[in-house]
Amino acid sequence: MYTFAQRLKITAFALMGLGVIGLAIGFMTAPSTVEEAQAMVADAHGEHEEKHETVSQGEEKHHETQDDHTAANTHVDAHEEHHDDAHGKHLLHQLQNKPWAALYVAAFFFFMIALGTLAFYAIQRAAQAGWSILLYRVMEGITAYLVPGSIIIYVFLVLTGLHANHLFVWMDAETVAHDEIIQGKVGYLNVPFFLIRAAIYLLGWNAYRYFSRRFSLAQDHAKAGDISNHKKNFRISAAFLVFFFVTESMMSWDWIMSLDPHWFSTLFGWYVLASMLVTAVTVIALVSIYLKSKGYLPKLTHNHLHDLAKFMFGLSVFWTYLWFSQFMLIWYSNIPEEVTYFLTRIDDYNLPFFGMVAMNFIFPLLILMSSDYKRSNWIIVMAGIIIILGHYVDIFNMIMPATVGDQWFIGWAEIGAFLFFAGLFIYVVFNALSKAPLETSGDPYLGESERFVY
Amino acid sequence: MSSKLVHAVYDDDDTLLHAVKDVKKADYHIEEVFTPFPVHGLDHAMGLAGTRIAVAAFLYGILGFSVALTMINHIMIEDWPQNIGGKPSFTFMENLPAFVPVIFEMTVFFAAHLMVITFYLRSKLWPFKKAENPMPETTDDKFLMQVAIQGDEKKLLTLLKKSGAIDISIHENHDA
Repeated sequence: MYTFAQRLKITAFALMGLGVIGLAIGFMTAPSTVEEAQAMVADAHGEHEEKHETVSQGEEKHHETQDDHTAANTHVDAHEEHHDDAHGKHLLHQLQNKPWAALYVAAFFFFMIALGTLAFYAIQRAAQAGWSILLYRVMEGITAYLVPGSIIIYVFLVLTGLHANHLFVWMDAETVAHDEIIQGKVGYLNVPFFLIRAAIYLLGWNAYRYFSRRFSLAQDHAKAGDISNHKKNFRISAAFLVFFFVTESMMSWDWIMSLDPHWFSTLFGWYVLASMLVTAVTVIALVSIYLKSKGYLPKLTHNHLHDLAKFMFGLSVFWTYLWFSQFMLIWYSNIPEEVTYFLTRIDDYNLPFFGMVAMNFIFPLLILMSSDYKRSNWIIVMAGIIIILGHYVDIFNMIMPATVGDQWFIGWAEIGAFLFFAGLFIYVVFNALSKAPLETSGDPYLGESERFVY
Repeated sequence: MSSKLVHAVYDDDDTLLHAVKDVKKADYHIEEVFTPFPVHGLDHAMGLAGTRIAVAAFLYGILGFSVALTMINHIMIEDWPQNIGGKPSFTFMENLPAFVPVIFEMTVFFAAHLMVITFYLRSKLWPFKKAENPMPETTDDKFLMQVAIQGDEKKLLTLLKKSGAIDISIHENHDA
């Protein structure tokens, strides 16, 4: 049995405390009037005269793309007359969105780790994998975050639906009234249906997590030779995977892609899935290495870690494949309604957009290619930290451009939200790990996992 | 030096693997093992040195990558500048996304083909080469282990018999 180390517990609470402070500062410093918002931007510009020009150029560009969205059926004259006014209001909304968006990025990111681990776990169960039995309890510990993560996400989505923030423009009746494209999507993109769908996804995922954990624990206490719980787990895992791959795709359209309601990408669900799985496998590897360094999981060897590292490597390449497929097709065809998505990212988010390709592709590709490196703990930890941060930036790039536009920076709210959810995640995961023996017993493939040699 | 070899034939890969481990443990020298398909863990059990083909593959990949860069830069930018997707930028970097699939394919092509050729050369295989395996059945469903005879011949033969060999014969070693 694992006991939750006191020092780790204190670290988790300290992270949560720091996170709350950061978020509080983020929310308090958000402007409440147009004048305040303009003053904030002007202040920031005053400090660096040279920067001023480039930033305001970026603003104009961004504003133009926003115009493309809405100008199609508003009067251009009226728009120009109220240009300053509209611009100020737009800026205010962006700055007000910033702490909310920062919260959403971090909440989704850590929720995604638990969900990705759940999917990976279900794949192991459904495929009747032999190598990973020793990692089941680690994975179950990580998926324990699914419950608090789901509650937080759902409360956030309800608040958003009640107009506590302006993250989803299609929720704003006035915008929809002037936008024919969104009007055509109202049958799907409306607040009640949106929340019903989210409830179905979350309940389905949590139900699988609840039952698979129960059967897994029941198998520990089963009589020798009785593998009925193992079989039940196999069946529900296969059913869950069918449900998951459909709902995961829809979740990514709902929660992320609809932030840019004019834009669409048919492989978006896969793209989010790739990010989810690579981060999940990385976290499984990091938690296993941590537990092993504390003297737990004695049967876990470098052979198991080698397989996890292979998944980290392979899924990083898979993520890149999807990232590039999405990018190249849109870049090549150059259709205005599609290409704005990448224009805002390349113009306003140049460093995070291309930086994440280095972090999520080039770095893991080169460092995890060698078989020997995949067996070295410190290399996996180092590569793992870069991959985790890289995929945080990936989620940041998915959510921020549509919600705060060019007004992004990594400030109090962003760091605070990340630390808060990191602390909560560590607390929930390690608390769950201490609730059951770290090694399953009674699984028919346990021997295969113990003898596993890569 | 004239020496003798024992040929022990097996009909199961698991039995063979255990036999190899037993023979190795008893400190006999295994000349070669012939199998109809790759047996997982056999190289490890025989104590063979790890393959370096991965290093070769990496170098071949880099070679393919460089060839692709040079080739596509020449074809699409220098020799006959092409207007790609309505974006007549005519620079390599600005057209890079269109070149990535080609660069990727060339990298894989070079790595894969040169790796196979390297493997053949390293294994001394070429077209029309006469087969070296002492028993044609090892290309069908039998496994053959060649062990050099040192010291007590009888002891080795009992060990092999006990390990599950279905046929044991002694041959002159012509190579040595």
